[in-house]
Amino acid sequence: MTQKSSSISDFVSWQQRIKSAVDAGRSQIIVCGGTGCVALGSESVYDAFESEIKKQGLEKEVLLKGTGCHGFCEKGPVVVILPDQFFYPGVKPENVAEIFKETVIGRKAIEELLYVDPISSKKITYEYDIPFYAKQQRNIFHNNGRIDPVDVEDFIAHNGYNAFVKVLQEYSPQDVIDSVIKAGLRGRGGGGFPTGVKWDICRKASGQEKYLICNADEGDPGAFMDRSILEGTPHAIIEGMLISAFAIGACTGFIYVRAEYPLAVKNTRLALEQARDSGLLGDNILGTGFCFDIEIRQGAGAFVCGEETALIASIEGHRGMPRTRPPFPAVKGYADEPTNINNVETFANIPLIIENGHEWYSKIGTEKSKGTKVFALAGKVKNTGLVEVPMGTTLRAIVFGIGGGIENDGEFKAAQLGGPSGGCIPTQYLDTPLDYESVQEVGAIMGSGGLIVMDQNVCMVDIARYFLDFVQSESCGKCTPCRVGTRRMLDILESICGGTARMDDLAKLEELAVDVNRASLCGLGQTAPNPVLSTIKNFRDEYVEHIEKRICTAGVCLELLCYQITEKCVGCGACKKVCPVAAITGEKKEIHVLDTEKCTKCGQCYNVCKFEAVKR
Amino acid sequence: MNLIGENSDLNILDDILSAFTEITSNDLIPILQRIQNGYGYLPKDVVMEVSERTGIAASQIYGVATFYEQFHLKPRGKHLIRCCRGTACHVKGGPEIIDVIKKCLGLEAGETTEDMEFTFETVACLGACALAPLMVIDGNYYGMMTKQKVAEVLDSFRKPAEEIA
Ligand SMILES: Cc1cc2nc3c(=O)[nH]c(=O)nc-3n(C[C@H](O)[C@H](O)[C@H](O)COP(=O)(O)O)c2cc1C
Ligand code: FES
Repeated sequence: MTQKSSSISDFVSWQQRIKSAVDAGRSQIIVCGGTGCVALGSESVYDAFESEIKKQGLEKEVLLKGTGCHGFCEKGPVVVILPDQFFYPGVKPENVAEIFKETVIGRKAIEELLYVDPISSKKITYEYDIPFYAKQQRNIFHNNGRIDPVDVEDFIAHNGYNAFVKVLQEYSPQDVIDSVIKAGLRGRGGGGFPTGVKWDICRKASGQEKYLICNADEGDPGAFMDRSILEGTPHAIIEGMLISAFAIGACTGFIYVRAEYPLAVKNTRLALEQARDSGLLGDNILGTGFCFDIEIRQGAGAFVCGEETALIASIEGHRGMPRTRPPFPAVKGYADEPTNINNVETFANIPLIIENGHEWYSKIGTEKSKGTKVFALAGKVKNTGLVEVPMGTTLRAIVFGIGGGIENDGEFKAAQLGGPSGGCIPTQYLDTPLDYESVQEVGAIMGSGGLIVMDQNVCMVDIARYFLDFVQSESCGKCTPCRVGTRRMLDILESICGGTARMDDLAKLEELAVDVNRASLCGLGQTAPNPVLSTIKNFRDEYVEHIEKRICTAGVCLELLCYQITEKCVGCGACKKVCPVAAITGEKKEIHVLDTEKCTKCGQCYNVCKFEAVKR
Repeated sequence: MNLIGENSDLNILDDILSAFTEITSNDLIPILQRIQNGYGYLPKDVVMEVSERTGIAASQIYGVATFYEQFHLKPRGKHLIRCCRGTACHVKGGPEIIDVIKKCLGLEAGETTEDMEFTFETVACLGACALAPLMVIDGNYYGMMTKQKVAEVLDSFRKPAEEIA
């Protein structure tokens, strides 16, 4: 399938051949093969279409394609029928024959299988009309739902590697760097450092050899855009890395993928092989003398390895512990040589900048934050999945516009942005434009773009405790402020959730937070207090209520719960039977009563009740 | 001489090491990952053998093996159950799911049942947050879990053994 191009003109004619073989009018069945849809059974849907096509003998007329993630994971398995773009969510193998007959052959929609918009309750036929997609600007994700991730020809048919070839033909390394600087691209891995500036530092740093690393560790719990990009368009990342390597003068690259992403590893590995076989990676690429190759390294399950210096230590075969910076990796990184490290999404932006020009790119977004950003929308929101919007889109537009609002028509309480280094944005800031600076002003950080929506049933003290528990267990232990400080902060938060704290503990917590932030060695410890500080700032009443009244209004902190039996009780006696301390009394078929004095808050009555009569 | 009390088949290790030329510390993590894939865990005698053959100090190997959550120094169960404790899963009832698994199997996170059937682990995020709460058993994803569904899934893994008994 692949063929080796030994010159640029070879590549160009190969691409022309591929493109002229594409029949735009041909029917295509697109089945999402991202991790989310696979989890919901898309593989058997794919198989069913395959055998249906065989049965009808239409292998030539109909193209079946498994693609990367379409972003609408919750509605999976997602199937799109081209050229019309009919959209079917939640497809089951038993729907396949009908879809094939009516939609693929008949080009008509099947009413019962269409997507129903949660806001208007209307059925929607075409993919481009679905509000979840229509309100996005999918520059990076555009190809994800259209191309076969492990078919280099399909990528090339969609103008893949064109930006790289353009660079080889028209750009000097400095031209590339200048374009990226002018485009205004900032790193998507969390810090938001200007990408072109970093490349420039690395290019100018002196060293024997230069290295390039793609950070696909994606440790922020709640973020999954890097996984989707690598799974769906691994060639786009290879292309971005090629351009970067050309600019800084690197010959060796690494993609550091976290261990939990087996499909991303598999697809990236296949893509690397294809790129090598096509003459796009390796020695003397396309006959230009430029050499660059990429190796995959798998993480081994340590959050701190997302931090660049720890990541480098890990590639070098050591415990993944960060070191002080400067020197920054751009000057002294892998093997003590200048090393440029960027996030997956950062690399995904590079071909777009080169292909469309930095003028085009810098028109998207806000003054200081350019381009689009992918957010991983999850939590208590109706539509969950990956959302790509211009920088500066408001939180409200994402949660209520694209996300369709709060699930079960609940109440928005906060959105957590930036993971363990970030913060909770409360209701009054719903109209905050999401760009690097504005997000920081309201006490969160952009981070990698994990956006977890929370409703009235989420306890903010518990969330702070949750994140502290996370960083505490992920702290590498090298520096004391982080190792011991986060432990002490967690102790206090646990006492607040457990109902044993006093008001002066809250003051201590705030004091400690400042110290841990100032004295920690790396970003992990420095930002660990953020979730605590942002929740104290925005939800102080909730902390005070926990401490003074020993109440958790959200009903999360188990020790503070007060169990009650309501009039919904039908007197079935199930709760009375399981109660280990005989705190529940009542006759059969009569409303039971719970003695709060005796109750040990074990929650068994709550769990066993089939009538939702036990309240807490 | 076997002071370590384990007796692993070193042929697997031969295969693993033969894929590397001029082994340096840079190759350590990939080697340990392959050993873990091959043996299911990192047996002591194999680790010592790696140190012997590569010249990487056993202390460095153990330092690395104990730092990363992925590496295990003890054998693990036939089925690996990994449940997400990420943020999205946390707000969608993940802790209750973890409780059910713990109760059903009588295990704490990181433990293996005595009959070596199940190992239970929690993971920082499984990266399929849109399907929260979530668990993965032997590489298969189980999304949008409820307490009932978890119990059912676990039962389905148990059935065969019970039928024999
Ligand atoms: C504790 C910690 C964890 C991090 N995790 C990640 C990560 O998972 N992915 C990532 O791209 N960057 C992560 N970073 C940021 C990296 O150190 C680095 O800044 C980034 O990869 C640079 O790429 P960019 O300029 O393209 O954003 C983390 C930083 C810290 C302090
Ligand atoms: S938070 Fe559970 S899969 Fe990400």
